[in-house]
Amino acid sequence: MNELQLLTWVRGPGLNIAVGIFLLGVLWRLFEIYSLGRKKDLSAPRHAAGASGLHTVFRRSLPPPGLLKRSPVSYIGGYIFHIGLAIVVFGFAPHILLVKNLTGLSWPGLPSQFIDLAAVVTMAAMVVMLVDRINKPVKRFLSTFEDWFTWAVTFLPVLTGWMAVQHLLLPYTTMLAVHILSVEILLIVLPFTKLFHAFTLFGSRWYNGRVNGHKGVPV
Amino acid sequence: MSATLEKGIRVLKEVIDAPIASYFNSCVHCGLCAEACLFYTETGDPKYTPIHKLEPLRRVYEQEYTLLGRLKKMVGLSKPVTDGELDEWQELVYNSCTLCGRCSAVCPVGNDLVYMVRKFREGMSASGHAPAGIKSAVIRTVTIGSPMGVKLPAVQAQMKHVEEDFGLPIPLDVEGAEYLVVLSSMEIINFPEYLAAVAKIMHQAGKTWTLCSTAFEATNAGIQIGNSDLAKVIVSRIVEGAEKLKVKTVISPECGHAYTALRWEGANLIGRPFTFEVKHIIEVLGEFQQQGLLKTEGFETDKLTFHDPCQLVRRGGVIEQPRTLMNLVAKNFVEMPDAGYMNWCCGGGGGASAIEEGEALRLEAFKKKKSQFEAVKPDRVVTACANCRIVLEESLEHYQMDLPVIGLTEMIAEHIPDNAPQAATQS
Amino acid sequence: MQGPLIDTLVRQGVSRRTFLKYCATLASMMALPPSAGLAMAEAMAASRRPSVIWLPFQECTGCTESITRSHSPTIEGMIFDMISLDYQETLMAAAGFQAEEALHNAMKDNYGKYLLIVDGSIPLGVDGAYSCIGGQSNLEMLKEVGKGAAAIIAVGSCASFGGIPKANPNPTGAVSVSDIIKDKPIVNIPGCPPIPVVMTGVLAHYLTFGKLPELDDKGRPKAFFGETIHDRCYRRPFYDQGKFAKTFDDEGARNGWCLFELGCKGPVTHNACATIKWNGGTSWPVESGHGCLGCSEPDFWDAGGFYKALSVPADPLKIGAVAAVVGAGAGVAVSFANRAKKGAAKSAHETTTLADLEK
Repeated sequence: MNELQLLTWVRGPGLNIAVGIFLLGVLWRLFEIYSLGRKKDLSAPRHAAGASGLHTVFRRSLPPPGLLKRSPVSYIGGYIFHIGLAIVVFGFAPHILLVKNLTGLSWPGLPSQFIDLAAVVTMAAMVVMLVDRINKPVKRFLSTFEDWFTWAVTFLPVLTGWMAVQHLLLPYTTMLAVHILSVEILLIVLPFTKLFHAFTLFGSRWYNGRVNGHKGVPV
Repeated sequence: MSATLEKGIRVLKEVIDAPIASYFNSCVHCGLCAEACLFYTETGDPKYTPIHKLEPLRRVYEQEYTLLGRLKKMVGLSKPVTDGELDEWQELVYNSCTLCGRCSAVCPVGNDLVYMVRKFREGMSASGHAPAGIKSAVIRTVTIGSPMGVKLPAVQAQMKHVEEDFGLPIPLDVEGAEYLVVLSSMEIINFPEYLAAVAKIMHQAGKTWTLCSTAFEATNAGIQIGNSDLAKVIVSRIVEGAEKLKVKTVISPECGHAYTALRWEGANLIGRPFTFEVKHIIEVLGEFQQQGLLKTEGFETDKLTFHDPCQLVRRGGVIEQPRTLMNLVAKNFVEMPDAGYMNWCCGGGGGASAIEEGEALRLEAFKKKKSQFEAVKPDRVVTACANCRIVLEESLEHYQMDLPVIGLTEMIAEHIPDNAPQAATQS
Repeated sequence: MQGPLIDTLVRQGVSRRTFLKYCATLASMMALPPSAGLAMAEAMAASRRPSVIWLPFQECTGCTESITRSHSPTIEGMIFDMISLDYQETLMAAAGFQAEEALHNAMKDNYGKYLLIVDGSIPLGVDGAYSCIGGQSNLEMLKEVGKGAAAIIAVGSCASFGGIPKANPNPTGAVSVSDIIKDKPIVNIPGCPPIPVVMTGVLAHYLTFGKLPELDDKGRPKAFFGETIHDRCYRRPFYDQGKFAKTFDDEGARNGWCLFELGCKGPVTHNACATIKWNGGTSWPVESGHGCLGCSEPDFWDAGGFYKALSVPADPLKIGAVAAVVGAGAGVAVSFANRAKKGAAKSAHETTTLADLEK
């Protein structure tokens, strides 16, 4: 198989399989988790402004008082990585085209030099966070194989995409195929690893905010 | 003698719900929960990371309620939860967790860890893995009526003291009174001024109130051990008393978990909404103050700070009233760093103060509280939970810090003029 | 016509100076040093023209058309006078027996020294019967004539990689020259068709230096196929700015914006179109407003459609809806199992008494 055939495969059957498993996995897991239900709270609620499930969904993206100082790398690194990834994924014109092809939605893209910068910054943030996970006792203690694996599976698409555009290491066509393949791997493992937090964090924050909002505490 | 691992696991299967499933699947091992937990911050030992305290629960969830987990179990690739493991986890789930809830307030993906610890304790207690100290407290509460073994005669003795010393009648079993006041053992035994304070306040406000001979104990060790069946037995006494006396509101005393047990868990434990309201004494004071029924004179002039009891403020939602009340009678009230709903635990909640073998750990965790006091350098500390008071007093003594601890309700009552006119007649 | 090229040129009114200029241009296009231009001129001027046999296999004749549509007919034609084109079915005057005789004589007289040019793919199906010349299959012919060749030049994408006959489902079993011949030096000059000067540049190199130019991993001369269209495209600034034509006649198209969204395969295509261009430097597909087809890459016909951008799925995603339904189904099934398990645990609830606190 030459590189153009590989590229055509990852753009064709490969993408089919990956998106299929992704959709299958997401739906299965969402049902699996949320169908367990929860008991109704029979205690009388307290109503406080700004304390509700929905509030917490948004507010929890900010560090609570005192925490930023205790763990700046977790927050700042986390912000840079997530925002940078969003810029690269949703701001780069070829990616927007893919979304348009799959969903019909599209929006203007950002200049590719800006995307390039965002990609580099994102990768730097990810490396910093990896080092932090190795150095900090709590993170190291908690980390399992899954944590390292999901880091790699998330890092590789950014790295290979950037390398393709920069014409590094492998010829462009091969690098592009590897990039698309790495995204497909990410899609396949996402519903079955901690990466699924991308979907469940909304539910979790909402439950948390609701329980505390019931008591009148804005968390 | 019938607690078994099997029972424990079954109970865990009962209590695992969608929130818990969502939480375990959202955790990204960021470790921020540890940064919020005083047992980690003061010891530096990662095993006190809150999410790690829940590891056996996570495995039960995975093995019982996920398809992949079940498949792994079938082919023998999963690690079952064992009795030995739960034994090992006892320290983490009880000694090093006061159910303070700070972890739940910081998790970036929104995990409510304290909720999960509370549920995990259901399984721990049903499998015989609760600490001896809390078990004894539960046994005493269920059999005698209070965790410290206080019986009605002791209460009546205190009532008599107050009547004599302050000239205020203490009503008992008055049907149709507006408020039912329940007490904590700690107050009955260690801080009897509380009862006098309540009498004074009610007298000034002109409100009808009563104690109940069958429901004078608010402390609920069932919540602390984490067993809903036992907690239900304990809380039912208050519900029955309140309904029997047909009161409008039950006032929960200066005790953290009593409030949580009655106000938030109570209706869920008995399976139906209450027919009466539940308010913390601080809430009631706050209301009286707003309605003009609480009139004080004079001020404390020394430097005071307020320790926020976890179950009242962060976990109870009574956040502003303590401040308002402090400012009513204190000229030099200074908030400590992180004051309010993010304040740090005294280290003794959740039953921890009853665990003898956990004392050394608690004292080490107390360094956090100590650093807050050192930042403010107050002359006295005010709080609104009898357990916090005892824990603070004992810990301060251990560190040889000369810092008196007083209760907010008492302090307010001290500023009520003795000859205050009644707002309305007592029945 | 044998004899030194330079005599032929002079007879046709092309001065030595013009010829030198041409060689210098050719050398610089191939990124060779200035001295190479002179070397080329001297070599070509004095060369005794080598025998060249051109075999057309399963092809459309486009490559022959292209090479004859070269931009300076006089000079390109002369380059052809540089070689002794002993067999070329489209261009030669002879036919039938005489043509075959010319082929066999050329092979016999120049055995081991002639250049073999091939265009078109070689069908393997039905023992090669899909394409025959004079009753002999292309496969047999290639093997036979290839034996005595000094080198083989596979002209066009069909000979280089299989081309359009090889496109899905490849009914004739078409393969490339390098799939058949393994023991001779082969240059692939892909393109559908290739740019004329690319073909002549390779020939000129061979005649000057006696060997083939530096080739990439696909056997293509690096001088012409070393860069992608994307990296040399004049519309690249628009790509970088995110300005794309969305349809063939919208404002973006008329402003000459990047054609990525209209399926341009420039980023994955190696060729010289963006620099050398076509028709004597007149224009090339992108400049005319159509995206690059990727015609100098293997299997470009099966690369997911000319009008589908590279970042878009090559085939429509078929299993998405089915996968979602299966996933939801699995989830619902697990939900039932979960609820049942939880319900069973609840039914089996044994109210904890004080005695139950001890093991």
